Amino acid sequence: MDRRVIVDIKGVAKHYGDGETRVDALRNLDLQVHAGEVVALLGPSGSGKTTLLNIIGCIIDPSEGQVSLDGELVYDNRWLRGDLRRLRLDKIGFIFQAHNLIPFLNAVDNVALVLQLAGKTTAQAQTRAMELLDYLEVGPRARAMPALLSGGEAQRVAIARALANSPRIILADEPTAALDSKRAGIVMDLLRKLAAEQDACIIAVTHDEKIMDRFDRLFHLRDGRLEE
Amino acid sequence: MNLAFRDVRHNLFRFILTCLGLGLLMTVVLAMMGIYNGLVSDALNIVKAPQADIWVVEADTQGPFAEASKIPNDTRDAVARLHGVAQAGSITYQTIEAPFKAAALRLYVIGYERGQLGGPQTIVQGRGLQASHFEMVADAKSGLIPGDTIVLGRDRFTVVGLVRDTMNSGGDPAVFLTLADAQVLQTQLDPSAARVQAARGAVVSGGATVAAVIAKLDQNVDPQSVANTVRQWKHLSALTQAEQEDILIKSVVDKARKQIGLFLGILLTVSAVVIALIIYTMTMEKLKQIATLKLIGAPDRTIIGLIVQQSLALGAVGLMLGLALIMAVKDFFPRRVLLEPVNALVLTGIILVVCVLASGLGVRAALKVDPATALGG
Repeated sequence: MDRRVIVDIKGVAKHYGDGETRVDALRNLDLQVHAGEVVALLGPSGSGKTTLLNIIGCIIDPSEGQVSLDGELVYDNRWLRGDLRRLRLDKIGFIFQAHNLIPFLNAVDNVALVLQLAGKTTAQAQTRAMELLDYLEVGPRARAMPALLSGGEAQRVAIARALANSPRIILADEPTAALDSKRAGIVMDLLRKLAAEQDACIIAVTHDEKIMDRFDRLFHLRDGRLEE
Repeated sequence: MNLAFRDVRHNLFRFILTCLGLGLLMTVVLAMMGIYNGLVSDALNIVKAPQADIWVVEADTQGPFAEASKIPNDTRDAVARLHGVAQAGSITYQTIEAPFKAAALRLYVIGYERGQLGGPQTIVQGRGLQASHFEMVADAKSGLIPGDTIVLGRDRFTVVGLVRDTMNSGGDPAVFLTLADAQVLQTQLDPSAARVQAARGAVVSGGATVAAVIAKLDQNVDPQSVANTVRQWKHLSALTQAEQEDILIKSVVDKARKQIGLFLGILLTVSAVVIALIIYTMTMEKLKQIATLKLIGAPDRTIIGLIVQQSLALGAVGLMLGLALIMAVKDFFPRRVLLEPVNALVLTGIILVVCVLASGLGVRAALKVDPATALGG
């Protein structure tokens, strides 16, 4: 397995407000996640898990520090890339708690959309999307609208969408919260398998006790500080 | 992949209902445009119908449409003898109300001399006036049909023919009588004091009068020079056809035109606000999806395209429904609704601009959405 560092965070801090109203969401935080690794971010509500996920996902600016993704320094007290959406499209896949599929697109089009945004033709996007859905065993439901999919099916379609552009980083926000323990286990095993096969790393925010044994490392966030 | 189309297809019923609402609004806008055109066209039709070059009217008046004009009956002979005049005819105009089938029918009575200028141009049903008395040709909008009889003043008239699109600026359908009948009718409808004086044999000043004398000129004769000649008679004035049309538009239908124009402006503003609200609401309902699209890397142009295309589709379908509806119901309006291709083109242009501007609110809201909201943080 390639043990290359995919996510490398050094001295990252995030604070909101100034003076007496200043709130330190993250303090001088270091984190390295390697290819093939599946790690969990744990912590009570308000501990900064989502803030950290947003920083890795290039959605919000850190107040200070450095962020490197897939070997590229992308933040060093300022964003070094102009087009962060393109960076997300190319390098990062997102899996949401409530799957967040686009309700007016069927399963295969939800996946194909990401591929078309990355520049694939309609035919290429449809073919690749179908391959992913088949791989995740939801191929027979490819033409179903999200509202007609079960929770497990919708989450697998969401995973297919996250994997569509073969990202090196997959960020998951409570990926199993809406699933029962059996399906949660299946989804986590699937993510582990995909991380290994695609040399990607997976960083998941979770409170789900029943899947803790599926992670390679567990990080606890307390008062904006990270402990392994 | 066209996201706007997919979203519309997914919520087709709601989209159709929204378009229907907008279509009804467009119908009202188009009806206003049509009524406006109809008002101007009807007013001009009455002036254009006699195909005159010169209108000879009472001195210091603006003719039979803008002000009352009374000139002696024999003016026609004097005008007909002028150099350059090919044909002349006396004409009277008056609005009356007559009972017909248990209802009061408001009619615009035009009296003309048979065989001279001023009569109906195209008879669409029946025939023109042949008898000297008690026949009439009516506008089809009056509801009269050939063979109907109606009492005007103290005489009963028989409808012998029909014309179309001939009414005054108030929308009252025209009826054509012989000049003699129209003058008798005028006398019968004089104020009661005048009739009492006439009954006791008092001399009624002026004798028979007409509202105007209209004249057709020979080819290559300048109407203005003939008008100048007429103006030398101090008791008469003359207007060219162009001046008569101008007076009619500026003084007679101007207020109504402005009123309808203002109402049209208000309607278009309301339409713009409604479209903006619909688009804004549609966008607000999709904020989570827009956040997700941003998060997975969709560029702004994809999101703007989604909103603007839906806005344009809404406007286009609403406009088409509006056009279809107004074409279906325009003949049921009490006033003529006259729609021309240019109206549809102008409204298309306005709706296009309104839709793009209206979608601006939605686009602004969409572009401000933080992609982090898709993650729930």
